[in-house]
Amino acid sequence: MLRLIAHRLVVSVALVFLVSLLAFLLQSAAPGDLARAILGQNFSVPAYEQLRHQLGLDQSVLTQYGTWLRDALRGDLGSSPISGLSVADEIAHRLPVTLSLIGCATVVTAFVGVALGVVSAVHGGRIGRVVDVLSLIGYALPSFWFALTMVTLFAVTVQLLPATGYVALGASPAGWARSLVLPVATLALPGIAVFAKQTRDAMLDALSRDYVTALRANGVPETSVVLRHALRNAAIPVVTLVGLTFIGLLSGTVFVESVFAMPGLGGLAVQATSLHDIRMIQGVVVVFTVIVVAVNLVVDLAYGWLNPKARVR
Amino acid sequence: MTAGIEEFVARGVRPGRRWPAAFRRPLALLPLGYLALLVAGSVLAPVLAPYSPVETDLDDVLAGPGAAHWLGTDALGRDVLTRLMYGGQISLLHAAIVVVTVIGVGVTSGIAAGYLDGWFDRAFTWVVDVLLAIPVLMTLLVVLAVVGEHQILVMVALGVLVSPGLARVVRGATLAVRKELYVAAARVCGLPHHRIVAAHVLPRIAGPIIVQVSLLAGGALLIDAGLSYLGFGAQPPDPTWGDMIAQAASVIDRQPWLLVPPGVVLGLAILAFGLLGDVVRDATAAAHAEPLRDRLHRAHRAPAPALTPRGEPSTALLSLRDVEVTLPGGQVVVEDLDLDIGRGETVALVGESGCGKSITGRAILDLLPAGGAVTAGSLLFDGADLALAGPRAMRRLRGSRIALISQDPVGALDPVFTVAHQVGELVRLRHGGSRADVRSRTLGLLRDVNLPEPEQVARRYPHELSGGMAQRVAIAMALAGEPGLLIADEPTTALDAAVQAEVLALLGRLQADRGMAILLITHDWSVVASFCRRAYVMYAGHVVESGPVGDLLAQPRHPYTEGLLGAMPQRAQPGSRLAAIPGTVPDPAHWPRGCHFAPRCTLATAECSAAPVPVFEPAGGHRTRCLHHAKLSPGGERATA
Repeated sequence: MLRLIAHRLVVSVALVFLVSLLAFLLQSAAPGDLARAILGQNFSVPAYEQLRHQLGLDQSVLTQYGTWLRDALRGDLGSSPISGLSVADEIAHRLPVTLSLIGCATVVTAFVGVALGVVSAVHGGRIGRVVDVLSLIGYALPSFWFALTMVTLFAVTVQLLPATGYVALGASPAGWARSLVLPVATLALPGIAVFAKQTRDAMLDALSRDYVTALRANGVPETSVVLRHALRNAAIPVVTLVGLTFIGLLSGTVFVESVFAMPGLGGLAVQATSLHDIRMIQGVVVVFTVIVVAVNLVVDLAYGWLNPKARVR
Repeated sequence: MTAGIEEFVARGVRPGRRWPAAFRRPLALLPLGYLALLVAGSVLAPVLAPYSPVETDLDDVLAGPGAAHWLGTDALGRDVLTRLMYGGQISLLHAAIVVVTVIGVGVTSGIAAGYLDGWFDRAFTWVVDVLLAIPVLMTLLVVLAVVGEHQILVMVALGVLVSPGLARVVRGATLAVRKELYVAAARVCGLPHHRIVAAHVLPRIAGPIIVQVSLLAGGALLIDAGLSYLGFGAQPPDPTWGDMIAQAASVIDRQPWLLVPPGVVLGLAILAFGLLGDVVRDATAAAHAEPLRDRLHRAHRAPAPALTPRGEPSTALLSLRDVEVTLPGGQVVVEDLDLDIGRGETVALVGESGCGKSITGRAILDLLPAGGAVTAGSLLFDGADLALAGPRAMRRLRGSRIALISQDPVGALDPVFTVAHQVGELVRLRHGGSRADVRSRTLGLLRDVNLPEPEQVARRYPHELSGGMAQRVAIAMALAGEPGLLIADEPTTALDAAVQAEVLALLGRLQADRGMAILLITHDWSVVASFCRRAYVMYAGHVVESGPVGDLLAQPRHPYTEGLLGAMPQRAQPGSRLAAIPGTVPDPAHWPRGCHFAPRCTLATAECSAAPVPVFEPAGGHRTRCLHHAKLSPGGERATA
């Protein structure tokens, strides 16, 4: 287990380096540069050279990267050459929105998906088919399209929920919850189906094991057989899904934040992309990657806790 | 020469491919047809489309579906159908670029890693591990920010970013194929690697590759549409599906219909790719699954021979009469089974594997596999018919009156809970009490089954126990409810000889101490001989012979029993060959009509296969289902005594 986590950490660190380096390499490979983008079509050569120097663009890529990395390790992700804002501040400002979205969506996905999976494993039949249909829909429907349909139905046709916007938890907990209902539902739908399928398979596998027969033969009540023994065993493969789902949701927020006009990191990334603000988007990617790494670590620990065979003795 | 070897290797043992046939199934034709329609509609858009994609008509904006515009018009009065057709050109082209890139990068590196193994494989696994954790869309945004105007480059980058997933699947599939004999043989024969890969590896892993690529194609369409939706696609007025959705969003309160055409066309395209993947996967997975033959309406069921039990306990604890067990699919696996166990008695159910012994044990506990049922006969336990008892009554009975221990002792314990937890749960269920009571009773049970250091064993997980220890724990769990009958299904088969003897001795002592009856299911005559009073011999779903163990051993009255005993090493004459029964136990779908043993029996006559064989009782309490049992008796033609 310790070895596994150590291995994971090494891979994670490599990942963060790789992703942050990628932006620099791409930038240097691309035609034109940041200075030209800032100056626009008409510029004088000395002004261009001066701006390049100011931005550090006249140094080699690796030197630039080294400088950025040194600052990044101190929590300074630089500032956007376009808006002039500090990347770290901007991210810190928007992080709660995205974390609220992803956190709620993960919880909803896991709970609803696992519950559907357990019920369809135990009762099969109709609920199993509902899960199958749901998973097809979740797989095929583009999230932004589904989000727009939800808005049409619940915010335009029936004016039940706000169509767009985000209310901070501190400002109004009820408003916060209302502003999250549609985005979270949109984000959770595909994942619920994936969880339900995986949970059903894992539960059916667990319920076919010898120990389940033995428990039943010894008179253990069915609720305990299903919810304590089988589910605990089925949770081992399912918990790894939590990590994958979380990573998938990070991508999903880009679209969902755009549809619902939420001031989160996904929206920031989109905005930065359209402005060619590479510093900003690089900061967002690094933060996302760190989140991914942290979630994977938590999943590993949960896996070890659930599966005694993976624990260190 | 090489060609000859290759042909030989290929002809030898290469398993068949099933996936190409999958494309001819109706379920595959539908998505294939839809995708073909999309491609045709897009490619032929300049010829077929009723309007120009950029032709505006400000007098007819936001029209619903109608005769002039089948799918309506958008906010600028442009024809939606036309724009959908032209939009498909870009979307499908982009998806194709992603797919080609993924195949180029993912399949090549996956095959190389799986086939070459060694350091390359280790490096590959490591790199893939790193790449798989990259947030794809975010990284793609970085690419977009830099080279946004070059859409093709962006799609190639997307292809590279999603390749690791495919590469991992391909590596796994290649690794599996590489280990197969025919590939190993081809390597030994010195065929060049590229020829082995082309001729032997690729065809076998094509199934999983098609599944993955199909899913990736759907995903590529989705991401491409998403990027257009966000405004990173082709620039207006060129139509794309994602851009059409974005434009529909801006007029959502005035004409929600506009969301429908691009959403449905795109959703169905993604669905079509997903379904194609599913069809191919199912076809690959189903290669070995054969449908069960329906035997529900088998003719000539044997009439139940009514027999007065003689020499058997008059007040049987468990009494089975004419029991028939049917598994899902209508497969009858046990027929006309009669069996009695007295209080405190030890009875054996003997036979080769696959003859229905374990199913009989499960049937008594009402723990048949889902869909299985006792379809005829009665099971009386302590005077009450178990066949009539509801699931609730059966649940109360299990553990407290009848308990089970099974063949694989480690597998019979829940791997994620400690011994103390599992035994404790049953103790609490049966006796309740405080935590301390439960704990002391649990430790008492563990001590009862002769576990050394019960405190220490209680803290362990099943995977930390030896087979013998695990079986003792399983016995302790079965004892928690103080049952009157213990069904022991091959309790010692998985254990080594010394431990076997200890566990049998333990069972014997517990039976004597507690007056508990035991139904011992086994294939081992030496266990039967040393442990049981009476035995039932099962063959292919029938009890073929039953009686006191001494009688059975001294004078078997069924050729199958005789054959089994002849195959016992302990009974073999030194210097003579160990006898074995020719042939194997037929599976229930191929049971002969009369005596199930007839095809393997040296005494069989035409009569044996003509009709079901009744049960005879040539001696008190000793029954046989053989027409020719007299030929086996002492003084008969083939006496063994």
